Amino acid sequence: MTTADELREVARKCRVHIVDMVYRAQAGHPGGSLSEIDLLTALYKTQLNVRPSEPKWEDRDRFILSKGHASPGMYAILAEMGFITVEDLESYRVLGGICQGHVDMKWCPGVDFSAGSLGMGLSFGMGTAIAARLDGSNRQTYVMLGDGEIQEGSVWEAAMASAHHELGNLNVILDRNRIQNDDFCETQMRMFDIPAKWKAFGWNVMEIDGHSMESIVEGLEFLGQSNDGPSILIAQTVKGKGISYMEDNPSFHGAAPNDEQYAQAMKELGVSA
Amino acid sequence: MTKMEATRDGYGQALLELADNEKIVVLEADLGKSTKSLHFRKAHPERTVSCGIGEQNMLLVAAGMAASGYIPFASTFAIFTERAFEQMRNGVARPNLPVHLCGSHGGTHTGTDGSSAQSIEDLAIYRTLPNVTVIHPSDSVSTRVLTKQLASSPSPSYMRTARNKTPVLYDDIGEDVIQIGKGIELKNGSDVAIIACGVLVSEALKAADLLAEEGIHATVVDMHTIKPLDANLVDAVSERCGSLVTAEDHSIIGGLGGAVAEHLSTTSGTPLERVGVNDRFGESGQAHEMLELMGLNAAHIVLAAKKSISRK
Ligand SMILES: Cc1ncc(C[n+]2csc(CCOP(=O)(O)OP(=O)(O)O)c2C)c(N)n1
Ligand SMILES: [Mg+2]
Repeated sequence: MTTADELREVARKCRVHIVDMVYRAQAGHPGGSLSEIDLLTALYKTQLNVRPSEPKWEDRDRFILSKGHASPGMYAILAEMGFITVEDLESYRVLGGICQGHVDMKWCPGVDFSAGSLGMGLSFGMGTAIAARLDGSNRQTYVMLGDGEIQEGSVWEAAMASAHHELGNLNVILDRNRIQNDDFCETQMRMFDIPAKWKAFGWNVMEIDGHSMESIVEGLEFLGQSNDGPSILIAQTVKGKGISYMEDNPSFHGAAPNDEQYAQAMKELGVSA
Repeated sequence: MTKMEATRDGYGQALLELADNEKIVVLEADLGKSTKSLHFRKAHPERTVSCGIGEQNMLLVAAGMAASGYIPFASTFAIFTERAFEQMRNGVARPNLPVHLCGSHGGTHTGTDGSSAQSIEDLAIYRTLPNVTVIHPSDSVSTRVLTKQLASSPSPSYMRTARNKTPVLYDDIGEDVIQIGKGIELKNGSDVAIIACGVLVSEALKAADLLAEEGIHATVVDMHTIKPLDANLVDAVSERCGSLVTAEDHSIIGGLGGAVAEHLSTTSGTPLERVGVNDRFGESGQAHEMLELMGLNAAHIVLAAKKSISRK
């Protein structure tokens, strides 16, 4: 068993990778990578049945980063898991690099979905879940959605259809960081009672604190136990979590830190100069 | 030093200048900071409709407003307009409602976001729709002028703008030269005509300079309107030069090259070489790296020009 402290340390390393990648590229999406990273760390380290040395193993659990712009977070955990190397992270947004701007299954080992267009991952995940059922396998599918992303109508087509088909092997983690591209969700598109919406669509729903490892682990256990239909963890998070000036700041959805900001970020992450 | 500006800034400026007309409304899908409709939103929040991240809904809300006497300008990334293609086809083009759809960040020039963000088929798909004018301007000035002209058009349109800065070409040119449906001759040589659109117009001008060093005199046309195509101009330059090149940051299938080829097939059959993305997807890279990788920059246009000339 990995302890909560160990998970926190992996997540801290991942945060360093995320800031490094975006700083080097002077482009990319730090905010949603930092908000999702505690969730990804716990998922990969405690739950996901995958083989880093055999990324295409047929009976692996599937993880689909539907909000594919938050790729630095996924590349960071793939490196910490050993799917790719820490050196590979230097290829983020570089011509020919395996770490494309948005995660892409054609380019990077361990990536199960070519993302970048929001609102597509849940439908794809539903497909992998139905395929698992047809195969007689109990492998699981996990889909990470953004809170802005769920404004896409296609998400709700997939939500309705997955409940109709009683896909107990389909699990969603919603990164509820309250910010999207232009601004706070509240000003762009109010979503009212999100848990009630998923419940009304026939899903098992649990709300967790997306930055407490204890709370996340409990949530992942809930996903494992609810098999009568699709389940969702609504994770309350902070966009930019871990870097003071990025936290809850819409301008760091898709912007890179400058030299001074980079130095401060490294200090806050406990990296000595 | 050449002045550099992004065409999406010309779009944002035009919306502001159009705002005196109270029928002008703007629709956004969480990319106003990127498409540059944000300036209009700041000045006229009451006439700006936020549709959240919901492009399909946005297109039909725009259609409903157009059918109620408003003049909607809706924008998102070029690639994400495509998700609402059927809404555009059945809900906008079929009833011929004057909805003006703008897709920013078009082409591989958009850069390191990678293939999911690089629309290379938008001009082709919108060109197949009856009633829809398709425009891809080359600089910020022409983008501003053409956007303003669209506001008085009774029909729908699709305009592609670019994310990254390119040279401003029309700073000292009278704005009346820039008209929807009229290509602009920026150079007139008689050996080969390069018909380009968007970010490749400045590459075509560089190519013409390179060709001139070898004694080859090229015509360069900025064909900002892909549909309706300025067929008279295509005929005129093809008669004068006897060989043609098209150049676009778009698939070689169905865009400007496709439009010119379709036209030539029923007229002169003048030799034509198409510079464009050769039936593949893009990837992450800087704008100039993408133009090189995809075979779209001045050097590739020069090669295509020589090949076209050799086929005379
Ligand atoms: C279909 C589609 N429309 C628009 C975009 C552009 N876009 C990229 S990220 C983003 C905001 C996403 O917000 P959210 O889902 O909340 O992600 P997070 O906050 O976790 O970064 C937008 C609008 C896109 N990638 N796909
Ligand atoms: Mg969000």
